[in-house]
Amino acid sequence: MNMNPFKSKKYAISKIYRARPQEIVRPIRDIPEDEKPNVPQGIMTKCPSCGNMIYTKSLCTNYNQCNECGYNFKLSTYERIAIITDKGEFEEFDKSLSTEDPLSFPGYRDKLENTKSKTGMQDGVVTGKGKIDGCPVMLAVMEPAFFMGSMGTVIGEKLTRLFEQATKEGLPVIVFTASGGARMQEGIFSLMQMAKVSAAIAKHSQAGLLYVTVLTDPTTGGVTASFAMLGDIILAEPGALIGFAGPRVIEQTIGQKLPEGFQRSEFLMEHGFVDHIVSRDQLKSTLGMILKLHANTGI
Amino acid sequence: MEITPWEKVKLARMSLRPTGLDYIDRIFDNFLELHGDRYYGDDHAIVGGIASFGDLPVTVIAQQKGRNTKENIMRNFSMPHPEGYRKALRLMKQAEKFHRPIICLIDTPGAFCGIGAEERGQGEAIATNLSEMMLLKTPIISVVISEGGSGGALALGVADRVYMLEHAIYAILSPEGFASILYKDSSKAERAAKEMKLTAQDLQEYGIIDGIIEEPQGGAHNDHDQAASNIKAMLEKELKELINLPIETLLEQRYQKFRGI
Repeated sequence: MNMNPFKSKKYAISKIYRARPQEIVRPIRDIPEDEKPNVPQGIMTKCPSCGNMIYTKSLCTNYNQCNECGYNFKLSTYERIAIITDKGEFEEFDKSLSTEDPLSFPGYRDKLENTKSKTGMQDGVVTGKGKIDGCPVMLAVMEPAFFMGSMGTVIGEKLTRLFEQATKEGLPVIVFTASGGARMQEGIFSLMQMAKVSAAIAKHSQAGLLYVTVLTDPTTGGVTASFAMLGDIILAEPGALIGFAGPRVIEQTIGQKLPEGFQRSEFLMEHGFVDHIVSRDQLKSTLGMILKLHANTGI
Repeated sequence: MEITPWEKVKLARMSLRPTGLDYIDRIFDNFLELHGDRYYGDDHAIVGGIASFGDLPVTVIAQQKGRNTKENIMRNFSMPHPEGYRKALRLMKQAEKFHRPIICLIDTPGAFCGIGAEERGQGEAIATNLSEMMLLKTPIISVVISEGGSGGALALGVADRVYMLEHAIYAILSPEGFASILYKDSSKAERAAKEMKLTAQDLQEYGIIDGIIEEPQGGAHNDHDQAASNIKAMLEKELKELINLPIETLLEQRYQKFRGI
C-alpha cells in the first residue's frame, strides 16, 4: 500500500492518460462520393500558424494576412509592389539583367532556366522607381521564391545601380529584403556583392539621402550582414525570421534547441536591431509618412 | 606537383601555420594591443593595436587562431563575435583620425554562429564594417593569411589592396557547409572545394584579389620568418604607393575596385 498521496494521485492520472488512445475509438464514416461537400481546390486556405481556415479571396484582399492571427503568407514581388506603390506609378529597371554564371558552376544554368520559367523572373529582385503616397522613391523588392531569394551577381548589380541612380537623382531608397543568404553557385562573386552594395549605400548615405529597409520573412545570411542592416530606418513585418546564421546552423553549432521566438522580428526589436514592426496593412501609410517626414530637410 | 584545392584547404587550416600574432611579431615593431569595442567587451578572436612599420605608425588588426587547443578555445577558433568586428571598426576609425594606414590579417573559418552573436547583431556588425570601411580616409591593405571564410572575413576585407598567401583560401563559406547546402552531404567537401574556386590562384584570375604572396617551399609553416618577410615586402611596396595617393583618388579607386565585381 502506497501511503504517499502524491504518488497515488500521479498513478491515477497516468492511468487515465494511458487509457485514452485504446478506449476512445472514433467511428470512421464512409461518405459516398456524391454526398461529400463540394469544395473546389484552393477556395479555402489553411493558416500554417493558427490552423484557421480562410476564404482565399478574403486573404487576397487582406494583404495575404491571416484574419485570425495576422500570420503573413508569402507575397510575390509584383503583388508587393502593387500593394506599396501608387497605382500606375512604378517603372521597372534592368528587368532583363540575368546572371552570366561567373564560376561556370556545374548544373547551375539548367536550374536557372527552370526557375526563370517557373517564376517569370530573370533573377531574385525587382528594382525601379515609383511613388508612395505621392512621394517619389527608388524601390527594390526581393523574391523569396527565386533560389530562395539568394543574392548573387544580378541582385548585387541591380541594387548597386538603384542606389547609384538614387544618389544621382537625390531620391530615397526602400528595399524589401527576403533572402536565404548568398547564392552558393556564384561563390566568391556572391560574397563580393555584399561589399559592392554596401559601398553604394555608403555613398547614398553620404549624400544625406534616406534609406529604409523592410525585413520580411526570411532575411538571413549575407543579406542581413550587408544591406538589410544598413537602413537609416529598419522596419520588419511581424514574425519574420531575421538573422545572420540560420537557426538550423546555430542549433548544430551549439548543440542545443533555440528558445521560442529566437530570431523573429520581435526578438530583434527587443535587442535593438529593428526600429519598428509594421503589419502589412499599415506598411504603405507608414512608409508614406516616413517619406513625407524626410521630404523637406528641416533646418 | 600541382596542389589540389582540397589539399590547399587542409594546408590553410594546418595548426602549424603561422597565426596573425606570429606575423605581427615578425613584421612590425612596438606592437601595442588595444582591447575592447567600448560597448560590450573584448573579443579574443580579433586582436588589434598600433605598431610601427619601419618609420611608419600603422594600425594592425588580425583574426587570431590559437596555436594549440587551449588557445583556440580562448580565441573561439578565430570565429569573431559582433564585439570583435566593432572593436576592429573602432581601431580603424582611430587610424583614420591619426592618419595611420590600416593592415588587416584575415584568418577565420567565419563569423561565429551562436545565440549571443545573434542577440548582439552579428549581421549588423559585419554590415556596418562593410559600409564604413568603404569611406575610411586612410589606406587599407588586407591579407588573407590562411582561411578567409564568408562575411566574417569580408568584414576586414574591404580594402585598397587585397592579397592572399599562396596556399590561403577565400570563399563564401567552408567547403563542408557548401557541400551540406548544395549536395546535402557535408562529406562531399572535397568536391565542393574544387567547384567553389577558393584558391588564391583562382581568385587572382577572377580579379577578386590584387596579388599572391609566395610562401616558402612546402608552405608557410616550414619557415615563418620567410613567410613574414614576403608579406613585409608586399606591404613596403604597396604602402609607398598608397600613402602618396590623394584621399579622393584612393577612395574612388576603392569604390571602383568593388563596384567592378
